[in-house]
Amino acid sequence: MIAIIDSGIANLRSVQKGFERVGHEAKVVEDPRLLREAAGIVLPGVGAFADGIAKLIKHGFIEPLRRAIEQGKPVLGICLGLHFLFSESEEFGLHKGMDLLAGRVRRFADDLPDPAVPGTRQPGTRLKVPHMGWNRVRVVRPAPILAGLPAEPYFYFVHSYYVEPADGTVTAGLTEYGGWFTSVIWRDNLFATQFHPEKSQAAGLRLLANFAALAR
Amino acid sequence: MLTKRIIPCLDVKEGRVVKGTRFVNLRDAGDPVEVAAVYDHEGADELIFLDITASHERRRIMIDVVARTAEQAFMPLTVGGGIRFLEDIRGLLQAGADKVSLNTSAVQDPDLIRRSAERFGSQCIVLAIDAKRRGESQACVELRRDEPRAERGEPGAEQDLSRLSALGSRLSWEVYIHGGRTPTGKDAVAWAVAGERLGAGEILLTSMDRDGTKDGYDLELTRAIAEAVGIPIIASGGAGTLEHLYEGLVAGKADAALAASIFHYREFTIPEAKRYLAGRGVPVRI
Repeated sequence: MIAIIDSGIANLRSVQKGFERVGHEAKVVEDPRLLREAAGIVLPGVGAFADGIAKLIKHGFIEPLRRAIEQGKPVLGICLGLHFLFSESEEFGLHKGMDLLAGRVRRFADDLPDPAVPGTRQPGTRLKVPHMGWNRVRVVRPAPILAGLPAEPYFYFVHSYYVEPADGTVTAGLTEYGGWFTSVIWRDNLFATQFHPEKSQAAGLRLLANFAALAR
Repeated sequence: MLTKRIIPCLDVKEGRVVKGTRFVNLRDAGDPVEVAAVYDHEGADELIFLDITASHERRRIMIDVVARTAEQAFMPLTVGGGIRFLEDIRGLLQAGADKVSLNTSAVQDPDLIRRSAERFGSQCIVLAIDAKRRGESQACVELRRDEPRAERGEPGAEQDLSRLSALGSRLSWEVYIHGGRTPTGKDAVAWAVAGERLGAGEILLTSMDRDGTKDGYDLELTRAIAEAVGIPIIASGGAGTLEHLYEGLVAGKADAALAASIFHYREFTIPEAKRYLAGRGVPVRI
């Protein structure tokens, strides 16, 4: 069974349905004790960093999750779930994260030029924040969750903040928006994506299936 | 590179697609769930359900539609129409919607945007604006009356011209609510800017002058708002050809193009639209 951590307001149903579609049982868990029985753990997240991490602490998820990662259990962070793994976030003030990975969560600068508008550069054109829509992932290390996907696959993103790992070797995929940022993390049994596989049609379902195959 | 999004929109009444669709191989062309599955399969980038149900049962019906769609369509889903309370939003998000769009309720209570963005995150709050052209805005009229001052090189002329240029265009647009029945006196560009400040994460911009005409999007409106805010814009109202989608994304500077009838009536499929856009250099996901 794959446990999906209930971090409050996130849309967990789509993640659960995604696993079911590819033939794996997934359960939304509110009780951290249930993580012990899980073969794999998904840490999703939508909303604000400070609220999300406070909920994880309040419901007692931090230590069991840390232990599961140490024990080698496959863990997949999604979007805000990726941010939680890092040392700290700049989202609405500075907040401490789980610090499983060294680095910081930063906001996209509002004044970057928008590279996506074809034709001549017009005044008033700037990078839109949030980064919302389908963008490519350049695979820089062949993480097992990315197996069998087309070259530079498209995934659905929606976020205003991105991670800047202190140790670049944890990055498995990069995405370009204003500059290049880390969109996939892979360290041993720990995986995380900035995009939403559960909203990314065939490519996303393939990623979920790859993860589920590791969690056996 | 972030791609431009192509978004089919379904009007849903009492849980059924209205205006109809002409899909072949569907058991029931009025079932929004079946129609959503077709668009998902074709690679639509998102889907919008607009609930035009009048009854009090609307939320329960729509939650059911959203939940059934989320069972089989793994794509972003936005729901709009009649959303007034945080509880409405919560129910829809829990059922599987990714975003909700606020229109009339946001005009009547702008703080609803702030409260909902704070509670659920800006990324799921879409401000829907129905805008209709009016004549030249009063500010422009006044400035323009003083144009001879610029010609005569009198003091103050430069400020006038820069203010005029800041106003962007001779045109202005008024925000309408209640499905386009009630004028509000609000300027659409100013309302978009205010919406962004309050925490909206995206703007769904519909030209009432063009909606249903198939004459193309109101490009001046789309561009005026796309340049005024730093959040993504979905162009809506008037798409009748693939050229119109191109214009909306390039000349209109929209981040996404919404269309209903051209896709519902199979005048063009989603892949056809995307191949056309890609051929003209627009970044799209194929």
